[in-house]
Amino acid sequence: MKLLLKGGTIIDPTQNYNQVADLLIENGLVAQIGENLSTTGVEVFDAQGLVIAPGFVDMHVHLREPGLEAKEDIASGTKAAAAGGFTTIACMPNTKPVVDQAIIVSGILHRAQLEGVVNVKVVGALSKGQQGKELAEIGDMILSGAVAISDDGSSLDNNRLFKIGLEYTSMFGCPVISHAEDESLVDEGVMHEGAVSAMLGMKGRPSVAEDIAVARDIMLAEYTDSQLHIAHVSSKGAVELIRQAKKRGLKVTAEATPHHLTLTDETVKTFNTAAKVNPPLRSADHVAALLEGLKDGTLDAIATDHAPHAFEEKDIEFRQAPPGFAGLETALGVILTELYHTGKFTLVEIVEKMSTAPASILNIEAGSLKAGAPADIAIIDTELEWTVDSSAFYTKGKHTPFDKKILKGKAVATIVSGKFVMRKGKVCI
Amino acid sequence: MSKRQISLRGKDILGLEMMTVPEIEVILETASQMKGIIDRDIKKVPTLRGKSIVNLFFEASTRTRTSFELAGKYLGADVVNITASASSVTKGESLRDTLYTVEAMGVDVIVMRHEAEGAAQYAANIASPVIINAGDGAHEHPTQGLLDMFTMKEVKGKLDGLKVAIVGDIFHSRVARSNIWGLLKMGAEVHLAGPKTLMPYYIQEVGVHVHNRLEEALEGADVVNVLRIQRERQHKGLFPSAREYARIFGINQARLDLAKPDALIMHPGPMNRGLEISPDVAYGDQSVIQEQVKNGLAIRMAALFLVLTGGKNIEITA
Repeated sequence: MKLLLKGGTIIDPTQNYNQVADLLIENGLVAQIGENLSTTGVEVFDAQGLVIAPGFVDMHVHLREPGLEAKEDIASGTKAAAAGGFTTIACMPNTKPVVDQAIIVSGILHRAQLEGVVNVKVVGALSKGQQGKELAEIGDMILSGAVAISDDGSSLDNNRLFKIGLEYTSMFGCPVISHAEDESLVDEGVMHEGAVSAMLGMKGRPSVAEDIAVARDIMLAEYTDSQLHIAHVSSKGAVELIRQAKKRGLKVTAEATPHHLTLTDETVKTFNTAAKVNPPLRSADHVAALLEGLKDGTLDAIATDHAPHAFEEKDIEFRQAPPGFAGLETALGVILTELYHTGKFTLVEIVEKMSTAPASILNIEAGSLKAGAPADIAIIDTELEWTVDSSAFYTKGKHTPFDKKILKGKAVATIVSGKFVMRKGKVCI
Repeated sequence: MSKRQISLRGKDILGLEMMTVPEIEVILETASQMKGIIDRDIKKVPTLRGKSIVNLFFEASTRTRTSFELAGKYLGADVVNITASASSVTKGESLRDTLYTVEAMGVDVIVMRHEAEGAAQYAANIASPVIINAGDGAHEHPTQGLLDMFTMKEVKGKLDGLKVAIVGDIFHSRVARSNIWGLLKMGAEVHLAGPKTLMPYYIQEVGVHVHNRLEEALEGADVVNVLRIQRERQHKGLFPSAREYARIFGINQARLDLAKPDALIMHPGPMNRGLEISPDVAYGDQSVIQEQVKNGLAIRMAALFLVLTGGKNIEITA
């Protein structure tokens, strides 16, 4: 079984490759990249005018299974991933029950084998039940396949436990992923504290709540010599703290989401619960700092924080609505529209941020088109204009602040282990 | 666009942020005509006969609810009150379903108060009756903002150029926010004073002046609007004690004397006498607090009249 992707622009940051060529897939692996490869005896996919990139890696996804299947499950979430050009996703542990034991890690991986359309990696909880009181069986989970450890969903305010979590996890060479927002400063806040919240009368989540948490995280990572990853960075203060940490040579990495990179708190002026998220959409000065941080490498990766909820859960007064929204099916379109077509970022940079870098942070086999690598590939039409229609999403989460937006650029096919899992926007498995 | 072409018919009144200056002016002008009805021996006019209004209150209220109820009744409409404790809300019915239920009964206007910011906007998005926001959390209370402006204009003859001091718990106050939007649009100068812990960060970005010291805000003011300080804010630790609040931010005659000699003293009620305002000021010559209540009725009559009829065929001569 051979598949030839013919005449596309192949971008692979791991080989500094960026030119029109053919890519041959054999037995689920990348066999060869070259010009005018033979078409005899192979299935040919005409990729002229399209971009061929290593499949995207989303290191921050909420698949909601087990226990929260009204919001999402492995089948629907991985279909959404395939539709968005993602070939590997890492799912967060704030499920019911929490992913805090090896058996649950194994269970998710097993279910993903049966139901998953793309590769699924599991992030295990740092504390039992994500209660912030005692360590979960971190080693056991990692030995059963967990690729990172996190109490994502909320901040872990207990300094001592976070320190122990970093120390313990570092024995296994895995990163601790931190949702950095100081709970006492966040209090009952539901949006960014700024001029918009001031006049909407809603309680704010001040940017300093994130700054303080990131500073704490970095200090403990430095002290314990551990690998730390800051999830969904949204404040300019956090960007600067991470920049300084990297200058000091710490093992600190960070991600930013498409929504924090492109939207401001003005988006919630209509009380649209689809724009409610933690950390919140912030003011334009923060967005500018994020883009700068993404450009200079302070922010390594783009991750979606895909956090679907059932329709009725978001169809409610703003302050009561749960934070988060679907992101897998809009991420690439938003990034290409706002970062690439505006001339701010090159395609190579975007592929690096959405594929190579997150694969490297999680230390997983993905994000490369080198010969012998798994043939996990995103095929992209950068010029395709389309309108976001959340009702047609594969994810069960039908809320997104990008609904009805016209975007330019989309994955038109996704290949996992050499097989098409999405073609022309339709999941085909 | 001339004022005559302004029609509020069928329009939701969600907040003064979304209202245009001509729309505000039409309501203020109509209210002064309505005010004549209130003083009559026989108040009822048939203008809104056959129209139905539901006061849908998810939060306790006496004056605003009564004001809307009488406003509707004086104009001949049928008015029904639904309070959260008496409705299906306590059984866990969603806001959407409650609104659909009210809508299905053929209601023309829903006057809604809710503890959550944006609840009125939400209602307007999904329900077809006209929505009048009677307070959504700390966001807006547009008819209060309108009645405050009406009161100022009635005495001062104008809004443009007035210096208005708003004093107290700005953070939790929908009255403050509706005043700010309305007054800024009408050309007034707005000065805010209150404990920094009850002052929203970045609020100066909308064009108001924020003062740490109360005295600065009061100096030369034409109007002093005193907000209610809720004792539960103290329990949340946002100010140390009522005693200290009264000492630093309470409006007494000595402080009021910093304002212009003919400055008006206003309060949206209910008052904590001796806390945010001293009794001598509340009942003194400069106080228009009682007049605010009466004007509130006129404003609500105007609002109901305008959203239901667009302003034609006014029958105030009945």
